[in-house]
Amino acid sequence: MRRHTLALAILLMLAALVAACAPAPEPTASEAAPTEAAAEEAPAEEAAAEEAPAEEAAAAGTVIKIATQSPLSGPQSVLGTAIKNGAQLALEQKSATLQEMGFTVELAPYDDQATPDTGVANATQIAADPTVLCMVGHLNSGVMIPSMEVYHNAQLAAVSPANTNPTVTERGYVEVNRIVGRDDVQGVVGENFAREEMGVQSVYIVHDKTSYGQGVAEFFRQSAEANGMAVLGFEGTEEQANFDSILTPILAANPDLIYFGGIYSQGGILFKQARDKGIMAQFMGPDGLDASELASLGGEAVAGMYYSSVAGPANVYPATQQFIADYEARFGEQTQPFAAQGYDAMGICLQGIEKAIEANGGQLPGRAQVAEAVRATAGYAGITGEVTFNDKGDKTVATYFVLQVASADPALWNTNQVVKLLDIPAP
Amino acid sequence: MRLHRPNLLLEVLRPLGQLLVFILGASAAISAITVLTAFLIRGTRTDMDLLQITLILLPQVLIDGIVLGFMYATIALGYTMVYGVLEFINFAHGEFFMFGAFAGVEFLVWMQGQGWLPDGQGWLAYLLLAGAVGVGMLISGSISVSTERIAYRPLRGAPRLVPLISAIGVSFLLQDVMRFYQSTANGAFYRTFPTFGGFSERITLFALPLDDREITIAIQMTSIVIIVVGSVMLVGLNYLVNATRLGRAIRSVAQDRNTAYLMGVDVNRIIAVTFLIGGALGGAAGVLWSFRFTRADPYMGFFPGLKAFTAAVLGGIGSIVGAMLGGMVLGLLESFAAAYLTIFTRGAFGAEYKDIFAFAILILILIFRPSGLLGGKTTQKA
Repeated sequence: MRRHTLALAILLMLAALVAACAPAPEPTASEAAPTEAAAEEAPAEEAAAEEAPAEEAAAAGTVIKIATQSPLSGPQSVLGTAIKNGAQLALEQKSATLQEMGFTVELAPYDDQATPDTGVANATQIAADPTVLCMVGHLNSGVMIPSMEVYHNAQLAAVSPANTNPTVTERGYVEVNRIVGRDDVQGVVGENFAREEMGVQSVYIVHDKTSYGQGVAEFFRQSAEANGMAVLGFEGTEEQANFDSILTPILAANPDLIYFGGIYSQGGILFKQARDKGIMAQFMGPDGLDASELASLGGEAVAGMYYSSVAGPANVYPATQQFIADYEARFGEQTQPFAAQGYDAMGICLQGIEKAIEANGGQLPGRAQVAEAVRATAGYAGITGEVTFNDKGDKTVATYFVLQVASADPALWNTNQVVKLLDIPAP
Repeated sequence: MRLHRPNLLLEVLRPLGQLLVFILGASAAISAITVLTAFLIRGTRTDMDLLQITLILLPQVLIDGIVLGFMYATIALGYTMVYGVLEFINFAHGEFFMFGAFAGVEFLVWMQGQGWLPDGQGWLAYLLLAGAVGVGMLISGSISVSTERIAYRPLRGAPRLVPLISAIGVSFLLQDVMRFYQSTANGAFYRTFPTFGGFSERITLFALPLDDREITIAIQMTSIVIIVVGSVMLVGLNYLVNATRLGRAIRSVAQDRNTAYLMGVDVNRIIAVTFLIGGALGGAAGVLWSFRFTRADPYMGFFPGLKAFTAAVLGGIGSIVGAMLGGMVLGLLESFAAAYLTIFTRGAFGAEYKDIFAFAILILILIFRPSGLLGGKTTQKA
């Protein structure tokens, strides 16, 4: 008997190890679960090994999981981790109602590594887990668009805290919602600001060839062409380090502005190398640049530049004081952009599940019921503003921002000033 | 029998002279072709004077191309060293390069943490950079030697494809080891090269008028550092291989391993030394790469490695000066293609097509000179 227990314990430990090493589901919380289970089960088995499976089956019926998908590793992990942490905080603070109804709510965080392949593989896993009733994610539109096909087929509600590409809601899936604005508005907001307030007459557009970056760059270009701003070039690059080749034609074209459609990890280096090469154009970009890493990569080159955003810094929303304090106390670090959106997206998921349970007479609802309840969200008082979804899953009125980088010091990123704030209804 | 004493001065000057003549020749040739093309298709664009734009950009494109060429060449030296001795393509060289880059960057980040990085221009900045290069060489060199001992030596008698596959495996392993380490230690995959010293300063060479503004042609301090270090590496390696006792042993192993063994050369030791030198050169190149392009990430070794390998083949694999020349050709081609494709094709082919263009030219060169630019003369065995 003793040897059996020992073998079992070793097996369990090995299983936990394998689970921790497997790349697909992000380990932080899912890893914690098996190890705890192993610790609890080991003594239990010494007493009565046969009873353990029965207990587990009883407990599993009332577990509700809410998944998050965002890049937790890799160059974009700063934003991805903020989404996960924001969602986790909301889950910890707001799941009391569900607990009282007799359900256990768990977070299932997944790492999509900002790559479509991983996102879709995770989505398939999430869809295969019947206890998952709602999904908060992704950071990148290029990952969301292929993954949402899986959510749609599985009828799983998804609330996006960050995806801005119009396609995300234009496919008309009842499961897919977002609580931020859209790029076809964001690109225009950026262009209008550049033309009217910065006095820009010519622009050279660079993008990162992803759905998100190229998408917003296209909208910027269309708006520029329609309004008589000269577009001197439109260039895509997947290059991470050496931008020499892109910058030489820019040096010749001498634009007033370089617009970069993409994420900070490329943008910061591009801007720095542009200044080093003697290009004196102003810089601008969309919300993908909104992270303190931009300042640590770009340094002086990005100080004073403007960027548009669909997610203002946490401090522009009146209701976020408490959130910022809680976040810093819980995770021991500054809030990053999209943390508050992650918090709200999780809040909407929880509310949707509660309503679906009520509608279902206190029983565990099906995924389709949850998806309907989430889409029906109206007047949800989130910390980033009131959320009402229209029939596509867009916010009826979204807020768009233009911000200015305050300083080359990344520690001062949260002091970036909002220079323009626009409330625009969804197109 | 006593071999004649090599002339130190000659051994230093000859490769430098070859390189200089080649850079001047290749630059002149590629510039002439570009200007001629611009002249011929001048009529297709009415919105700007194509010839004028081409001429004004030319100096900057040349400088960028030569610097990029030096970068590829310094990586290619490691490939060519190992190939010359073992006739084995060490595909993990790109990862030695990456480890060197991280070692250098981590060293400087640590120094920054201690507050020891100076702001201004001065000898201390150069000393620290040299220190970072040294750390990079040390780490890469030792990884290279261990890899040889663990993953290559046991397979030495096996068919040629077997160690090649082992090298590809090592390459994946090293990438993921670094990715794992960086993501647990820093939460992100990449590291940024700290800014220090006056290296980002630009030295303006001259200014050219274009319409109503001036385009200044400038070279960054970083570029000068890379050119100087690259030249020193070439000369040093060339001297070591051609003019020292160790070099003679290396050449004898390259020529015929069995006979060298019978003559009393410790073949295993010589091969280990070759890997040490090759890896250390790769590490130095890695530090310089992240110094120039400001970041290090675990997958950074792949493309530069592939291109440096191409450069080594182009120059005639096994030849040290050849690797240098091959790197230069590739760097210039890439730089010219990237800068002028957009302008010549009115944006139809952007800078992203530079690799296709550069490699198409490479295929042409290799059709006419299958053993590379300097091949045949220095590679002994086929």
